[in-house]
Amino acid sequence: MTIDISQFYKVFFDEAEELLAEKERLLLAVDIDSPDPEDLNAIFRTAHSIKGGASTFGLNDMSEVTHVLESLLDRIRKGEMALTSQHVDAFLAAKDILKMQLDGHRNGAEVDQEAVANVRMMLHDLSEGVIVPTHQPTVPSFLHAEQKQQVTEGAHRYKIELPDLAKRDVDALVDELGLLGRVSVVPLEAGRTALIIMTHEGLDDIIAICSFVLDPNDLRIFEAPPLTPEQRAREAAERARIEDEQGYGFFDPADPVDDATTDSSEDELGYGFFQPIEQIRLEVGIVAEVPPPVPAKPEPLEVTEVAAEKKAAKKAAEGGHAQGSESSSIRVSIEKVDQLINLVGELVITQAMIEQRSSGLDPMVHQRLLASVSQLTRNTRDLQEAVMSIRMMPMDFVFSRFPRMVRDLAGKLGKKVDFITNGAATELDKGLIERIVDPLTHLVRNSIDHGIELPAARVAAGKSESGRLFLSAAHQGGNIVIEVADDGGGLNRERILAKAKQNGLPVSDNMSDADVWQLIFAPGFSTAEIVTDVSGRGVGMDVVKRNIQALGGTIDIRSARGFGTTILISLPLTLAILDGMSIRSGEEIYILPLGFVVESLQPARADVKEIHGQGRVVKVRGEYLPLIPLYQMFNIEPRITDPCEGILVILEAEGRKAALFVDELVGQQQVVVKNLEANYRKVAGISGATILGDGGVALILDVGALLRSSRQLSDESVIS
Amino acid sequence: MSTQPTNKPNDAHDGNGSEYLAFTLGSEEYGIDILKVQEIRGYEAVTRIANAPEFIKGVINLRGIIIPVVDMRIKFNLGTPTYDQFTVVIILNIGGRIMGMVVDSVSDVTTLTPDQIKPAPEMGSAFNSDYLTGLGTVDERMLILIDIDKLMSSSEMGLMDRMAA
Repeated sequence: MTIDISQFYKVFFDEAEELLAEKERLLLAVDIDSPDPEDLNAIFRTAHSIKGGASTFGLNDMSEVTHVLESLLDRIRKGEMALTSQHVDAFLAAKDILKMQLDGHRNGAEVDQEAVANVRMMLHDLSEGVIVPTHQPTVPSFLHAEQKQQVTEGAHRYKIELPDLAKRDVDALVDELGLLGRVSVVPLEAGRTALIIMTHEGLDDIIAICSFVLDPNDLRIFEAPPLTPEQRAREAAERARIEDEQGYGFFDPADPVDDATTDSSEDELGYGFFQPIEQIRLEVGIVAEVPPPVPAKPEPLEVTEVAAEKKAAKKAAEGGHAQGSESSSIRVSIEKVDQLINLVGELVITQAMIEQRSSGLDPMVHQRLLASVSQLTRNTRDLQEAVMSIRMMPMDFVFSRFPRMVRDLAGKLGKKVDFITNGAATELDKGLIERIVDPLTHLVRNSIDHGIELPAARVAAGKSESGRLFLSAAHQGGNIVIEVADDGGGLNRERILAKAKQNGLPVSDNMSDADVWQLIFAPGFSTAEIVTDVSGRGVGMDVVKRNIQALGGTIDIRSARGFGTTILISLPLTLAILDGMSIRSGEEIYILPLGFVVESLQPARADVKEIHGQGRVVKVRGEYLPLIPLYQMFNIEPRITDPCEGILVILEAEGRKAALFVDELVGQQQVVVKNLEANYRKVAGISGATILGDGGVALILDVGALLRSSRQLSDESVIS
Repeated sequence: MSTQPTNKPNDAHDGNGSEYLAFTLGSEEYGIDILKVQEIRGYEAVTRIANAPEFIKGVINLRGIIIPVVDMRIKFNLGTPTYDQFTVVIILNIGGRIMGMVVDSVSDVTTLTPDQIKPAPEMGSAFNSDYLTGLGTVDERMLILIDIDKLMSSSEMGLMDRMAA
């Protein structure tokens, strides 16, 4: 009976990936001069957890690297060694190596063994240069360990738990099994015995031999990765002692081969199945730091997602010894969540239909029905919110990968960059998060590469030596606004214009700055020439823009020469549902995403002004806003052509404001966004469609496009 | 089978025939591969799409999905577009994309054997002959057989973005 643990690999991979990211984050944040012991402990913990997991799954290459890493970290943690930036670099390099190894196991990606060896060497060297600590006596030697592994190459190690048998029978079994390989006897509780056998023979043979003496059904057999003989001997002794104390036995711990020459407490730390918690704590000198994965004694430690999942996975890997589960989260495939969201979307529509149809009923006669409908409305709304929240993830998921990139890139370019993030807790739909990573990476890289100047240039310009790079995320109505800002040199207007002319783009010298900046999004606006100095941007910026637009977002640039550049990305919170305001123009109903709506008003006649040849503007609170008549934009048969008889909806998007002139406001409702392009194609000025309560279709206005085209309207041309 | 529009094994009835849905546009009778037809519906209110060609009537809600509706009679200047309870919309499924096609009426489903299908002449229908697969003869009737797949995904119809999806 071997246990198929392959299904837990994925959990481990995900977990390890998260741990590595966490580790990187901690490393980047650590204050080298006076490291916070908590941080060091946390870094140690991540390494330790990865090692434990890797060992459990027999990924020895990873556990080897983590082991050296852990030893070094442990020393730093205990104050036996001072943390230096050299250490941090080494740790970061080790993180990369681990990531590479992880990818190797996960996707079969290539693992650069030389790099692995180098990093191990580096870590090893770093830990060499210290006074030999009293507590942790040895430095691990890998060559040694690898040799040992070869001794038992290919052998299986089985643990056979026997029922209560006479000693004579046990001895007979040991003798018989001894013919297959090396056997050791471990006493269990209640007079039972466990045999550990290391053999090249198959399990069937072992069972066959056992069945001479007892009923094979009484056997419990586990397989474990092979141990080296030294380890085995030591471990057997250890297990005997601990199992006596604890009163129960576990699946054999997977063994990190490299542990051979280290202190046994270090070994146990790697997987920690056997030692009582107090003992572990005592030995590693920490309190409540290492989450002991001993299921029988759940500790109220970090009940983070990772920790909980890890516990669950480990328990399962132990072959169902642990009954029940206290895991606080589950991993679900995104498809299932999407399906759920779609279903809830349909429910929302149906609910809206019921609500609309029941609204005409006499409230006196149908009081009870109406009460039920309103309860349904409430429940549906709650359900929808709950379902949507499943998909939400904090932006930190994206942000956390940048500090490292900034550090490396700044180092490579010889620049100094302070990286500041804000709003990492802002939540965004997972689908969006995954797709925003690449464009953001590009923008951040651009900012460092082309935006922020070299320290000398900065000083010459009267700025601080280190440039500042801000990355922030914030909710703004129904949107999330992500900002990548630097205090670098800013865009070079003349250069962009010159380049645009050279590329044959229609430009003029009196274009507004905002329009000039948009030029860098033009396809093929390669920066081969303009990258030559601080101003150049645009490598693949068209791709960035396209990606953002594909997400229903918009991208905007603000830049001032010498003061830096800010790139604003505005994204919908989710692609699925939005709060909308339904408006009527002529006979047609459209949905305006509520996030863009500032206010609605009926203008006084004196506030509407005609600008000759430029269309109309309306004065709102001292501001003149362009007036966009929707009927004109969409060629709708108008009912009202006088803004003073209709309604103006003040919209704001991408820093622009305009007044949309519609006939009337119909209502406000949550709508399920349906894709038009699934069966049709992109429609200018329309971002999607939705189904109204009566089953009809209403189009959702693309406010950003409307505002952008408001200028073109003055030339009597339609949006394109 | 060379003149058949598709080589799909849809000839359950008589070994080597294909089934066509026959419909009329004005005085002409057309046939399309029945396998492209998802369902036939009455005409219902469509939501107009601004600045779309006239023959694209708009979009409708087909059980939760948004599909475009094309009026063939307008597209090909055949017949007078009238919309009443008898107007027929053929819902097509073209390569996973769903769309509606307004026609004057739907007559029947006809099985045509290869020898009933003649190559299409260069003229004689409102369609560009690129989209014709042949002329089918059923007794006294003549069906203009359309490669609806090709027609609907053509840039001429503008129903799909190039390289979309």
